[in-house]
Formats: sequence, structure tokens, C-alpha cells
Amino acid sequence: MNVPVPEAALQQQFDDPPQQREAAMLGMWSFIATEVLFFGVLFAAYIICRWRFPLPFVEGSAHTDFAMGTAETAILLTSGCLSAIALRQIQLDRARQSAVLLAITAALGAAFLVLHGMEYHDEFEEGLIPGLRYTQAGPGANAMELFFSLYNVITGFHSLHVLIGVVLLLVMAARSWRGAFSSAYHTPIEIAGLYWSLVDIVWIFVYPAMYLVGSAG
Amino acid sequence: MNSISADAESLGPGYLVQGGRTLWSWLATHDHKRIAVLYTVAITFFFFLGAVGAALIRLTLLYPDGRLTSAETYNKAFTFHGVVMVWFFLIPSIPSTLGNFLVPLMIGARDMAFPRLNLFSWYLYMIGGLFTVATLLLGGVDTGWTFYTPFSTMFSNSNVILTVIGVFVVGFSSILTGMNLIVTTHTMRAPGMHWYRLPLFIWGMYATSVVMMLATPVLAMTLALVALERLAGVGIFDPALGGDPILFQHFFWFYSHPAVYIMILPAMGVVSELVCCGVRRKVFGYKFMAWSMFAIAFIGFLVWGHHMFVAGQSMYAGIVFSILSFVVAVPSAIKVFNWLATLHKGTIDFHAPMLYALGFVGLFTLGGMTGLFLAAVALDVSLTDTYFVVAHFHYIMVGGSVMAYLGGLHFWWPKITGRLYSEGIAKFAAVLMFVGFNLTFFPQYVLGYMGMPRRYHQYLPQFQDLNVLSSIGAGVLAVSYLLPLFYFAHSLYRGKPAGPNPWRATGLEWTTSSPPPEHNFHTTPVVTGGPYEYRD
Repeated sequence: MNVPVPEAALQQQFDDPPQQREAAMLGMWSFIATEVLFFGVLFAAYIICRWRFPLPFVEGSAHTDFAMGTAETAILLTSGCLSAIALRQIQLDRARQSAVLLAITAALGAAFLVLHGMEYHDEFEEGLIPGLRYTQAGPGANAMELFFSLYNVITGFHSLHVLIGVVLLLVMAARSWRGAFSSAYHTPIEIAGLYWSLVDIVWIFVYPAMYLVGSAG
Repeated sequence: MNSISADAESLGPGYLVQGGRTLWSWLATHDHKRIAVLYTVAITFFFFLGAVGAALIRLTLLYPDGRLTSAETYNKAFTFHGVVMVWFFLIPSIPSTLGNFLVPLMIGARDMAFPRLNLFSWYLYMIGGLFTVATLLLGGVDTGWTFYTPFSTMFSNSNVILTVIGVFVVGFSSILTGMNLIVTTHTMRAPGMHWYRLPLFIWGMYATSVVMMLATPVLAMTLALVALERLAGVGIFDPALGGDPILFQHFFWFYSHPAVYIMILPAMGVVSELVCCGVRRKVFGYKFMAWSMFAIAFIGFLVWGHHMFVAGQSMYAGIVFSILSFVVAVPSAIKVFNWLATLHKGTIDFHAPMLYALGFVGLFTLGGMTGLFLAAVALDVSLTDTYFVVAHFHYIMVGGSVMAYLGGLHFWWPKITGRLYSEGIAKFAAVLMFVGFNLTFFPQYVLGYMGMPRRYHQYLPQFQDLNVLSSIGAGVLAVSYLLPLFYFAHSLYRGKPAGPNPWRATGLEWTTSSPPPEHNFHTTPVVTGGPYEYRD
């Protein structure tokens, strides 16, 4: 605690920095709880539909791009690790290193979005997007459409969260570069990191449910 | 700023003036008290908008042949009434107005933990409201407030998507308010304010906030899926693709049953405050009162299936949901008995807030008891979708929540505005509301028991007498709602100054001046005792 918290960073409703930090962290954890419920609906729907149509779901999963999905997983998990190191760096008062790491994290997030965009493009070409272009026919095609409905909604909402995360991380990187944070005050970086972990964790459930089911059999 | 006397007796201009007098100073405020006032104005507007829907329903039902409206108009009227009253009035009613105003004051904080988020949630509410009003202007929506699939996704030709977006947006307003209240209660309490020294209102708000946070996202995603199904053919609820319309009902009630507790738990908190002040006593069984609210919130998450007894769920699911629904009655009954024990052999001051509180206890008990009828599977099979259900939930929502909201508004009006309202006419309005309410909804129990189904604009001629009675009651009820508008408006200009504590009530909010200064307290209060230290 050798560096004082910047005066402007303490909002008037709080008595001291620890109280403000505690409030911010609790707020973020509450937000994560709401997000779990938000995605929970989709995973509950996934479980019920897959239980009902096990084989079409395996077949649908086989149509997804296993290599791309794996690459995206690797990218996201690496970025999650980097955001954690960025937090450690700012705790050690290395603001510039922290800023660089945050920027790389954001870049990896953007790379994830590009890869996923390419996947959506391929799936559109193959006619695997319900509502826009779905050309599969034959037995089980209807239930497979259900799989792709869920796939698109879940990955769509997840990508939206990645996009928000990328913007958030870039803002944090810029602020850290300009010296807004220090070992005494870095709550925003910690909160952005928590959010990014949520994005990671949702994907850790998406990846096996959508990509691995098909390559298992 | 420092020159303002620390003495609470000094009648400063308070937050109503200190933050600025321009409209912009209100629309850009971060002060929880001003945001609470913004919410109060907004929900009052939506309340009367929803009441217009109710008036149309009651007018139509004067005649058995439904000559006043077409079936389609009638469908749109009750849908609009339901959507507006549930999401734009009842859910934000107490948490966003009284909760917003009182939580920081009661725990001795300067503001909410996240003031900007607080203002943002008001704007979200207003944007959601715009969508809903737009729906009305574009021709309305006819699905009922429940948006059941497949009607809402495949057959309805009305503005389902627009309405659903409105509810989605207002849902996030509710989530953010819940988060804010939880974090505020955890982190912003004044020195000495232990959990068991919190007023029961705070416990009620906390339990409510947990439900808001954990249930509302489910509704948001479910309604997003409905919109996506209409827009893009995403078929999760579409039987043609193997999707499941019943799944929609599960998701919907997973939110909408706990949502009932979002409406009633804050009301229980308000009534606990009013009862203690009206009888000038400590609440009977404080810890039971506090934890019973948590028990209600928790069990409330496990009973959603009682809305689906006849929707084709398995018999065993029905039995489990039925038993769990009976279990919710236990903590609810603890609360009723504790209120009665608090009142028992006390000297009761029958001022207007107390009349509302007593009305609440009676009507909530009746609404809760009939809830037990409906929780019994065998009875529910014949009572479901009749006016018995309509009467039951109006006893909880109007007899319960609205009564408590109005009681709370009267009780804290002197604190909010710094002025007294005229007690005589307020008492008259409270009694009139009790009479009008029972006149409106008690006949509906009988109608439902006799088999009149809900949501039809025509009915058998033998039901006409009771329907006319109910419509007359609705007229009385309308007068009792309009009266406070007038005497509250009058008190704003002509009311006598209230002084810091006109009720001689306990609680930190009464230790500061009325209206409170911008940052609530001149010096941070230190708490040394429990919440209801009435001695006289």
C-alpha cells in the first residue's frame, strides 16, 4: 500500500477504498450469477433436446468444425491465462506490462471472433443455419435443425459476450497504459478479468457440448 | 456545505432542491432519492395505463354477450393490462421506489453502492416502457401476459416481438436494481448496523433482490428465444422441429412464479414496519420474520410446476410441486401470525398507513389460503383457468402488494416530500380501497367456483349479476386510487411541514431531516440497538 489510491477513484458514497473494492467485486460476482442463469436456460434446453434426440445431435455435432472449435478453445484459454497474469503485473505495479498483456488478451478475443465468423460463414455455405439457410434433408434433419438452432443461439450469445469483453479489455489496457492503475488501485482490471473468466467458462461448456459430441462416435 | 447545521431538526431544503432545480438535474441525477422519485412518477403513469386495460375488461364483462368489445380487442385489453401491471408496475413498485429511497437511509449510507447503475436501470425501465407503449399504438398484442407457445410463436398476428423486447429490457432494469440493493446492503451499512439490527424492510428487499437476480435472466433468455423463433425460425419451442412448447412453460414459470415473491416480499417488509410503528412495539419474533422471508424466496424457486398441473406434466411432478407449494404456506403463515402477535393486546393507532397494513394482512391471508386450494392437484384440475385463479392472484397482488405499496407511500410520504398529507381523507381512501377491492374480487371467487372461465369476453347469462357487482367494485376501486393523487398533490403545495419524525417511529431514516439532505445524513450515524426500540 505504498502508492495512494487516486483521489478521483474513490466515489463519494464510499467511506474508504476497501469498501469500494468490496462493493465492486460483490457486484461483479452477482452479475456472474445472473449470467449463469441466463446461459443456464440454453443449456437446460440443450440437455432436454439432446436427451430426446441423441443421434441427430451427434450427427449435428459431426457437422461442426472440430479443428476450428479446438483452436478457438485454445485461444480463449490462453487469453484467460494472460488476463490473470495482467492482474498479477498490476499488483506488482508494472502498469505497462499489464497494459500490453491486456491488449494481447483483447487481440486473442478478437481472433476468436474472426475464427467464429469464418465458421458461421462455412455453415451458411453448407446450409446449416436455421432460419437463414437450412438445406439438410433426410431422417433426423428436423432434430438436427434443433441442434443447429441451439448451436447458433448459444454461440451467438457467447460471441456477443466476447465482443463486449474485447471492448472492456481494450479500455482497461488503455487506462493501464496511461497509469490509471497501481498496486493500490486496480479493481477495474480485476473485474474485467472476472468477466473474461466468465466468457471462458461458458465456452468450456459450449465446446464439448457442441464440438466433441460428434467426434466421440 | 459545511455551514449546514448538523442538527436534524433544522428544516433544510433537502435533496429536492440541493441537487439543482432543473429538469436535467433530475434526469441526470445519481441521488438514490431522486431516482426513487423518478421511478414513482413513472410507475404511477404505468399503473393508470394498466388500469385503463382493467376498466375495459370490467366494462366488457357487464354484459354476457360481450357487446362492447370484439373478442380480439378484449384479448388485447387483458394482455396489455397484465403486461403493464406485472412488469411495469408490480415488480418495480416497492423495490425501485420505496426500496431505492429507503435502503440507503435505513442502513445509514450516503447512497446506493452503484448510483450510476441505479440511474441506468431507470432509463432501461423507460426504454422498456416505450416499447410497450409503442406496441399499444401499433395495435397491441393478444397472447396474454404469459406469451404461451405455440400461440405466441406461430399463430398470433400481433406485435409479440415488440412486447417481448420491452419486457426483456425492463427485466434487465430489475436485475440491476436487485444487484444494487444486495451490494448496498452488504457493503454500505453504518457502523454498528449488524444484520440482526436491520429493519425487516431491508430483509424483505434483500430476499426480493436475490429472486430478481436469479429468476429474471431466465425470463430474459426465454423471451429472447420466443422472439428468435418468430424472427428466425429458431425452433426450441416448435413442435414441428421436435421442440417443446411445454418447455416454454417450464422456463416461463421458473421466472414467473418467483416473480410473485418479487411482488409480495417487499410488501411484507413494508407491512412489518407499519405494524410495529402503528402499535408502537417490537416486532414479535424478529429472527423468524427475517428468515421466513428467505425461506419464502428459496422455496419459491421450487414450485413453478403448480402452474402446469393440467399442462401435461407427469403425475409425480404434479405431486411434488403440490407438496412444495403447501410448504411455502408455512413461512407465510409464520409472518401472518407474528404480525397478529405483534398487534395482540396492543394500543393500535389507526392512521392511514396502519389501515393499509391491516388491510394487507387480511387480504393476503385470504389470497394465501385460496392459493392452497389451487395447490391441491385435485381441486386445481377443476379450478384452473377459472375466475377463482384470477381472484386468488389479485388478492395477493392488489390486496397484498398494492395495499402495502400505498401504505408505505403514505407512511414515508412526509420523509420523501417533507410535508404531511391530510389524514382524514387518506383514511377514507384506505377504507374505500378495502371495500372496493373486496367488492371487485370476492365475487370472482364465486364465479370461478361456479365455473366461469377466464379470458373470455362472453359468458353464460347466469353469471351476469356477480359480474356487474364486480364491475361496480372496480369503479369504487378506481375512485380510491384517484383520491391519493389529489391529496398527495395538494400536500406537495399546501401540506404542513412534517418535521423529521412525524410518526415518532424508530429507524435511521427518521433521524435525518425531512426531506433528507443530498447525502442523507449530516454525520454518519452509529447504530447501538435493534430496529424497533419503541418505549412509549
